[in-house]
Amino acid sequence: MSKRRAMVIGGGISGIQAALDIANSGYEVVLVERLPSIGGHMAQLSETFPTLDCSQCILTPRTVEVGHHEKIRLATYSEVEEVRGDFGDFKVKVRRKPAYVDWERCTGCGLCQEKCPWRVASDFERGLGKRKVIYTLSPQAVPNKPVIDREHCVYFQKESRCGACAKFCPVEAIDFQQEEEVWEEEVGAIVVATGYDLYPMERLREYGGGRYPNVIDSLQFERLLSASGPTGGEIRRPSDGAVPKEVVFVQCAGSREPERGVAYCSQICCMYTAKQALLYKHKVHDGQAYVFYIDIRAGGKGYEEFVQRAMEEGVLYLQGKVAKIFPQDGKAMVWGADSLSGKRVEIAADLVVLATAILPSQGTGDLREKLGIKIDESGFYEEAHPQLRPVESGVPGIYLAGAGQGPKDIPEAVAQGSAAAAKVVALLAREVSP
Amino acid sequence: MRYLYFPGCTLSTKAKGFAASGEASARALGIDLVELSRWNCCGATFPLATDNLLALVAPTRVLLNAEKEGDHLVALCSICYHVLKRTNMLLREEGDKREKINLFLEEEYSGEVEVLHLLELLRDEIGFEALGERVQKRLQGLRVAPYYGCLLLRPFQEIGLDDPEEPRILDDLLASLGCEVVEFPHKSECCGSYLAMNTSEVTRELSYAILRSALASGAEAVVTSCPLCQFNLDYRQGEMAAHYPGFTQIPVLYFTQLLAIALGIESEAFGLADHYVDPRLLLVRRGLP
Repeated sequence: MSKRRAMVIGGGISGIQAALDIANSGYEVVLVERLPSIGGHMAQLSETFPTLDCSQCILTPRTVEVGHHEKIRLATYSEVEEVRGDFGDFKVKVRRKPAYVDWERCTGCGLCQEKCPWRVASDFERGLGKRKVIYTLSPQAVPNKPVIDREHCVYFQKESRCGACAKFCPVEAIDFQQEEEVWEEEVGAIVVATGYDLYPMERLREYGGGRYPNVIDSLQFERLLSASGPTGGEIRRPSDGAVPKEVVFVQCAGSREPERGVAYCSQICCMYTAKQALLYKHKVHDGQAYVFYIDIRAGGKGYEEFVQRAMEEGVLYLQGKVAKIFPQDGKAMVWGADSLSGKRVEIAADLVVLATAILPSQGTGDLREKLGIKIDESGFYEEAHPQLRPVESGVPGIYLAGAGQGPKDIPEAVAQGSAAAAKVVALLAREVSP
Repeated sequence: MRYLYFPGCTLSTKAKGFAASGEASARALGIDLVELSRWNCCGATFPLATDNLLALVAPTRVLLNAEKEGDHLVALCSICYHVLKRTNMLLREEGDKREKINLFLEEEYSGEVEVLHLLELLRDEIGFEALGERVQKRLQGLRVAPYYGCLLLRPFQEIGLDDPEEPRILDDLLASLGCEVVEFPHKSECCGSYLAMNTSEVTRELSYAILRSALASGAEAVVTSCPLCQFNLDYRQGEMAAHYPGFTQIPVLYFTQLLAIALGIESEAFGLADHYVDPRLLLVRRGLP
């Protein structure tokens, strides 16, 4: 084995697990993440099912460990540009976007963010909150170093006016001249853990997501639930900040719908919807939560019991699809079917949460071409064998982990991260190339 | 531009104003609608049973006659358009059924004709922007609710005219005429359709919900491209008023009637006087003929 080090692409929980396992086996790891900091979607979540552990609280020890690990080189704000070579000897060109902050000098004091006078909608808050133009994704960001959003920065857009961050930075770390950086890594094995995105709710026209402010997607609701979110963990609807008393959750929004959405089951929505409805009830005691579902798929350890608990605590489950959502008299009118009573249901909701389908993350197709690996008909990375080689891609030395290979929840993503790491370690430990 | 044109039964009887205003508007825009020399009823429903081939005979005959005279066939009525377009697609794609129907008719229809709606011609051939420039009398201040109904849009895989959940074509047309187009959540809900024949109270309920929604959106007129929708929405308003105290009546127009007015064409033949809820008062109030 010529290069006894590995690369992990994607810094979500699956990639983090893979990187830590490989590094703890004594091999060097380069962890490449597109965003300024690691943690992935798990950093956006409120609590996790079925134990209701706080997501940030169980994630942060892992991200911090990655940040401090002497065997892990963290390449955030970076993307894979080109991949050459074969297993044992991959040459990977990585491109790092300019942060306009010298991270070597930056102490992470946060003064620049405090002093920056400009705010824009935050992607991390799914548009429900704002962030400064110089920002980190969250206060627990690893690395805790900010980047400047050039597109919205007045210094860049209005010919050098402003520059507040540079004036206040105590260590002169702001570097408006910083350029992108391209370098090459030589690694023996690669783990691809690029995760998922949500199906854009705007595409489900009959539900009005994106048009009506009180129709939101499930990650937006996570941000409302989260203590570190835009409302400080209070459930307040976007249109007017009122506490919603009638909340409708729509499962399978785009999933199991081959004609207009995706054909597959997104696997995690039944569980997180039960969790969201339950947490809503915990926060708004006199509120009513309704869940429209096709089937409840709760096949995991403690999962069925968790859904039963949500039902017992007063979440009303209605078996049927929602046909249409539209605004009427300040409410979001939800038309659905309750197939068990055989009746049409009409609910005047204050807030509607769409459990939109899980899609492979945006860059999946692009990266697949660079790596020369396959994707399946749904666009997820294809494993070498669906039963017996679940973490191997078709290309030797390239392994798969997390939701990029198919929708999965945290325990499964972590398990697959560990499995991919075991494969990498086994490959790197070989004395002779096979 | 010369196009073969299928008026259909309703436009030749109950909805003459729809036909006259549509034909006159098209002519003013340089679209020559030439009526098929031989035509019969389109069948009026597309059969739901997959083996009900007999119901496809009538629309196939229409298409057959069209094929002898040209390669396009334009309809104005949503239902005619729906039935002809779906039948045509089925004949194109299912060879065995086409053969059986051809045998029955003792003629050979190939499936080559393209079925179009006048709205499609206005959007794709004229263009709404260009149409806006041809407008003589802008319908300024007229607040309209575009009502699509079901058959003009669904099933999307076969009709494909516009997004069935959030259609734009009527909205954009009316906007190009200068109307103020209201956002209207019931724009593609069903009016009750043929239930008008046997369970008219269902039609009344469904149509009432549509009109109530249009009124709540601030509309002062509803605009449609379907004679049956027009009938259900317009003629049921007497019953609605009796049933729902406080119900405000609202005129229901064909898009072609407004198009003709905007293009500066006037004629008694456009049938404005034939509506149950007379739209002329409203039009006069808006300074329109």
